[in-house]
Amino acid sequence: MQWESSEARFQEKIDQEIKIEPKDWMPEKYRQTLIRQISQHAHSECVGMLPEANWITRAPSLRRKAILIAKVQDEAGHGLYLYSAAETLGISRDEMYDQLHSGKAKYSSIFNYPTLTWADMGAIGWLVDGAAIMNQVPLCRTSYGPYARAMVRICKEESFHQRQGFELLLHLSKGNEAQRRMCQDAINRWWWPSIMMFGPTDDASPNTQQSMKWKIKRFTNDELRQKFIDVCAEQVKFLGMTLPDPDLKWNEERGHYDFGTINWEEFWQVIGGNGPCNQQRLDTRKKAWEEGAWVREAAAAYAEKKKARTPVQQIA
Amino acid sequence: MSQTMIQYEGKIAQIVQEDPMLQFLLYAGDNALITGHRCSEWCGHGPILEQDIAISNIALDYIGAARNFYQLAATRIQAKDPSLEVTEDTLAYLRDAWDFKNLLIAELPNGDWAQTTIRVYFISSFQWLFYQQLTQSSDADVAAIAEKTLKEVKYHLRWSREWVIRLGDGTEESAKRLRQALTFLWPFTGEAFKEASYETATSSATTIQLAKLHELWKQELQEVFAEAGLEVPTQQAFQSGGKTGKHTEYLGYILAEMQFLQRAYPGASW
Amino acid sequence: MIRKFYYGDYGESKHGAADISTTNQNKHEWPLWEVFIRSKQGLDHKHAGSLHAADAAMAIENARDVYTRRQEGVSIWVVESKHIHASNPDEAGSFYDPASDKVYRHPTFYDLPDELQYM
Repeated sequence: MQWESSEARFQEKIDQEIKIEPKDWMPEKYRQTLIRQISQHAHSECVGMLPEANWITRAPSLRRKAILIAKVQDEAGHGLYLYSAAETLGISRDEMYDQLHSGKAKYSSIFNYPTLTWADMGAIGWLVDGAAIMNQVPLCRTSYGPYARAMVRICKEESFHQRQGFELLLHLSKGNEAQRRMCQDAINRWWWPSIMMFGPTDDASPNTQQSMKWKIKRFTNDELRQKFIDVCAEQVKFLGMTLPDPDLKWNEERGHYDFGTINWEEFWQVIGGNGPCNQQRLDTRKKAWEEGAWVREAAAAYAEKKKARTPVQQIA
Repeated sequence: MSQTMIQYEGKIAQIVQEDPMLQFLLYAGDNALITGHRCSEWCGHGPILEQDIAISNIALDYIGAARNFYQLAATRIQAKDPSLEVTEDTLAYLRDAWDFKNLLIAELPNGDWAQTTIRVYFISSFQWLFYQQLTQSSDADVAAIAEKTLKEVKYHLRWSREWVIRLGDGTEESAKRLRQALTFLWPFTGEAFKEASYETATSSATTIQLAKLHELWKQELQEVFAEAGLEVPTQQAFQSGGKTGKHTEYLGYILAEMQFLQRAYPGASW
Repeated sequence: MIRKFYYGDYGESKHGAADISTTNQNKHEWPLWEVFIRSKQGLDHKHAGSLHAADAAMAIENARDVYTRRQEGVSIWVVESKHIHASNPDEAGSFYDPASDKVYRHPTFYDLPDELQYM
């Protein structure tokens, strides 16, 4: 088979919406792009457990505590699905961890912000998970089979996350004065970082085009961001709260909400490692991994011993 | 504030004081809550993602079991005095250390993975026997909770038993750590079998015979320890007090953390 | 400078791209297992995903925790991924096309009266 025709056949499959599977021929750049995107996504889930796990022991009721544990546990599950998807592309999970721990691999900058009050659990569910869902739903149709399948599973579970978050805020919004203040404060702190989650504007993203052609990505950052803002601007009314953007207003002509300027300087600072919790999050992950090393080794050693002790069955 | 301040002190405490079955329910609930609390501290910090999920599941089971016992206790307290507002959260969040009845072993720090897993093993191997007997209880509500919880405990026992064996028979380091954990925890393993007054008073309803449980438990330990290459300590497991509200210092910190919001914003609903 | 941005993709860091495998398998890594789950109503075990476990017992337990958190299954199979043999995707044509003209295998091939229910 000609090399050129492999590339052509690959693109043909993509165009016909046929999923690319692990052993299919794929351009090296496609493979690398996927490994990077999927592993970053996996790391985000994993690091994303921390700001919320933070509050498990402090959850204000047993019902909320159970919900929060289940949610953080889901995130671990999502990380696991995604690492598995990336592993089909020929990289091991240990290697991906190494890349995370050495600072080589990145993860969503949103998790480098601190969770200060209980209301942050609600704001994360509503805004952060909401933004994630908006991004992730199109990824269920992404061209790489294992990634698409992982995303289908994840999206099903994510809607519980967003709903519980909104319900939590709704409850606070109907509570006492302190609770209402706590609710607004959390929205104020999480709003801008959430809309930054969609990434830089389209005109600063030259490679979006390639990714769209390969159907790894199906909408541009700006399209998704606008959609998210339109939805949230309406939802916030149910809470009787406001979004911290004086420029936010409905534009009849565009059929969308206009919004203020995003502070990209902050975005790049946080991405570059200078967010309020970058060091803390990474240290926590590293510590868990390093302190778990002897556990993993022990289990592997035990499995080996057990295998050696069990004689291979002879077929008579 | 116009809302009535919900509190445990006074009427509720008095009702509990007079009813050994309520004390028994709190004992069972507190064991579950505090064990669950400790397990939940691992969430996000486990040695590998898969085990992080496993121990979070166990935490979730324990919190669920605690809720069942507290809800039953709350319903019964309220039945005695309908003017009282008692929920599961009153019992979890508004009692202080001296009112908690959990076993001391549940509140000790997690330590490393060896200490955590062998602790879960000690607790779940006891609970496996405890709940089996409790399913026979003449108190139908209690028997129903036991039935449900038993299924979960079976899994906790299997999981922790495998870890104890795995670490005991794994590497030199894991065996050493496991032995250290055993030495640390052993003195606290006897308390479950020392009958508190509310256990004596309810024993005909609960059908629990602690002496018999103790014998069965020792057998279980013999088998698993043999496989893990551990020796069952001959030293007496003398530590006790939790069942009657005499705790270690660790519990105060657990409650300070757990009850923070309920204490900081009294009467608020979450 | 070219930056590539996809969702959840913040480009390469100053340490270089984190997108390729640089070493072979890590020797301490627990093996990868494929998980198959049969749901309550299902007749077949379906591939649910994969996970890492030190041995089969652990793999089954983990599978329960990871893939049946919402009561998705009643039966679990696990098999070490290295034992899975797959058809070559490039031969997908010759492998599966012959079946595509055997439409009679599919229930929708049979045109039955609308009034006939539950079939």
